[in-house]
Amino acid sequence: MSQPKENYSAKLRAKSMIYFVVCIILTLICLVPIYILIINATRKHVDIISSVSFIPGSNLAANVEKLLNDPMFQFDPFIGFKNSAIIAVGSTVLSVFFSALTAYGLVVYDFKLRGPAYTFILAVMMVPMQVTSVGFLQFMIKLGLSDSFIPLIIPTIAAPPIVFFMRQYLKSSFPLDIVEAARIDGCGEFRTFLTIAIPMMKPAIAVQAIFAFIANWNNFYQPSMILVSRKFEQVTMPMMINMLKSNDKIADYGVIYAGIALSIVPVVIIYLLLSRFIVEGVALGGVKE
Amino acid sequence: MASAAQRNIRSISYAKYGYFFILPFFLVYCFFQLWPLINTFILSVYGNGKKIEEFIGLGNFEALLFGTGNMGRTASAIHETFLQTLGNTFIVWIGNFIPQIIISLLLAVWFTDAKLKIPGKGFFKVVMYMPNIITAASVAALYLSLFAESKYGPINNLLLSAGIIDAPIKFVTGVWQSRGMIMFIQCWMWFGNTMIMLMSGIMGLNPSLFEAANIDGASSGQVFRKITLPLLRPIMLYTMVTSMIGGLQMFDIPYMYTKGTQRNEYTKTVAVFIYEHFREKMPNPNYGFSAAASVILFLITILLGSITFYINRDKDEIAKKKERKANMKALKAKQKGLGGMEI
Repeated sequence: MSQPKENYSAKLRAKSMIYFVVCIILTLICLVPIYILIINATRKHVDIISSVSFIPGSNLAANVEKLLNDPMFQFDPFIGFKNSAIIAVGSTVLSVFFSALTAYGLVVYDFKLRGPAYTFILAVMMVPMQVTSVGFLQFMIKLGLSDSFIPLIIPTIAAPPIVFFMRQYLKSSFPLDIVEAARIDGCGEFRTFLTIAIPMMKPAIAVQAIFAFIANWNNFYQPSMILVSRKFEQVTMPMMINMLKSNDKIADYGVIYAGIALSIVPVVIIYLLLSRFIVEGVALGGVKE
Repeated sequence: MASAAQRNIRSISYAKYGYFFILPFFLVYCFFQLWPLINTFILSVYGNGKKIEEFIGLGNFEALLFGTGNMGRTASAIHETFLQTLGNTFIVWIGNFIPQIIISLLLAVWFTDAKLKIPGKGFFKVVMYMPNIITAASVAALYLSLFAESKYGPINNLLLSAGIIDAPIKFVTGVWQSRGMIMFIQCWMWFGNTMIMLMSGIMGLNPSLFEAANIDGASSGQVFRKITLPLLRPIMLYTMVTSMIGGLQMFDIPYMYTKGTQRNEYTKTVAVFIYEHFREKMPNPNYGFSAAASVILFLITILLGSITFYINRDKDEIAKKKERKANMKALKAKQKGLGGMEI
């Protein structure tokens, strides 16, 4: 009797091993480009073009210094980080707060237009950004708001996917009796939202804040569309990388890799610190039957 | 009727707060998104470049879709570019979606299979999702340097010195090489995301079905084909449609994965086409062409979106509504049965 069982578990073990190897290969495909990037950021131009290496060099400081000080590169990570941070923080705070507000309104109050409002939000979730961008830019230029961060931050108050997520969360884990109890205790409606609902929505808010921040930090399309005159002090990090990449005059790979590494490494570190949260958050955002 | 009256009072005094809570969203939405959308439709019937104020009816659509109209040679040139970008978008999307869904589905099934013991699942998930959070601009720049076309590019260098190729491969300017690279980069960036979405879908399936199949002695291949796939169909369809809408908007990588400031017309997507015409010709933008292309994109999206919306509708709410209606009917019937007496 023990023979088939052993066979079975051996087969399972072999299968697990094969799958494990496949996973290792995919992991390498994910990691090797980033690893080579970091290695090359530490090497000299001559070394980089002569051979590929997996061992770090000793030229990192020189590369970074050249990147920051040589006027040819037009690269200032502090300006890029600062502008990206202003846009990302501003839009994250606004989008998460107002989405929570909207979702709360949709879940707690039984008003006449509740159904249509929710249907509307679901429907507009599908409208691609590109479709509105022509009219958006023309409108912003007319208002004199191009070349400012306002059209990049304020519109995030209306973020249909975040509202959708928050509504799902409230529906599944927010007891409406609490609102009732707060009313009896004489708590105003908005105060109930601020002091009771927001703390209870913390997990959903954390997940959505992380995603909103990453999305806005990485956004290339909208800033490069709205910032029409491309003033150097307004450039965001992705725009700066694009400028570095498009600069035909650069003939020093070490410096280019150092620039790309400067933009990637902080993101990767923050990701690794928050990875549990993020991976779970993606799963939460998936479709539920 | 005391309880009903109470209910009435409550709904009268509090329902209006709902409007206050959702008001900021709708105000901002209308101002910054709905009006721009309408504005795009308006701009699509106006001229281009220096004739931006001129009303030309459906001229832009004619030019884009058929290359006819009274714009002469511009029209046929625009028509050709537009068709090419539509084709490119489709090719690149298919080429990245098919391998992506296969890899993601396999991984999702392996990671959720309780019988298999793959060590380091958590680590794999974290690493495989990582490319998705890296700025697309940096990803494009990274791959551009790794796959540089001269013999000094690391990958070409490696292949040359290993004797696999004789001349450097044109990874950036070659027609199919560059398309292949963009497909690969898109797949690289998104397979982890798709995998996690599918995993959450599989974990949401009823586990007793899998147990029953195990007890009946089904092989893992049978379980996958006969249980997982059919049950996963709505989720797969949803993934496909959202990915397709995302694919229609594909911009960052195709826009930036080009040599220096050159453009590669074999990887140019519709989104890049739109951007080039309204943004890069800035002193005299071609709002008309961009807007018309956007409207076409919008119509395609509506078609795809309505499919998703149908799949993803809130079943609880519909069931509740039905129940409420049935209750009302029952109540009315009861009242009738009691001769219209008040209860």
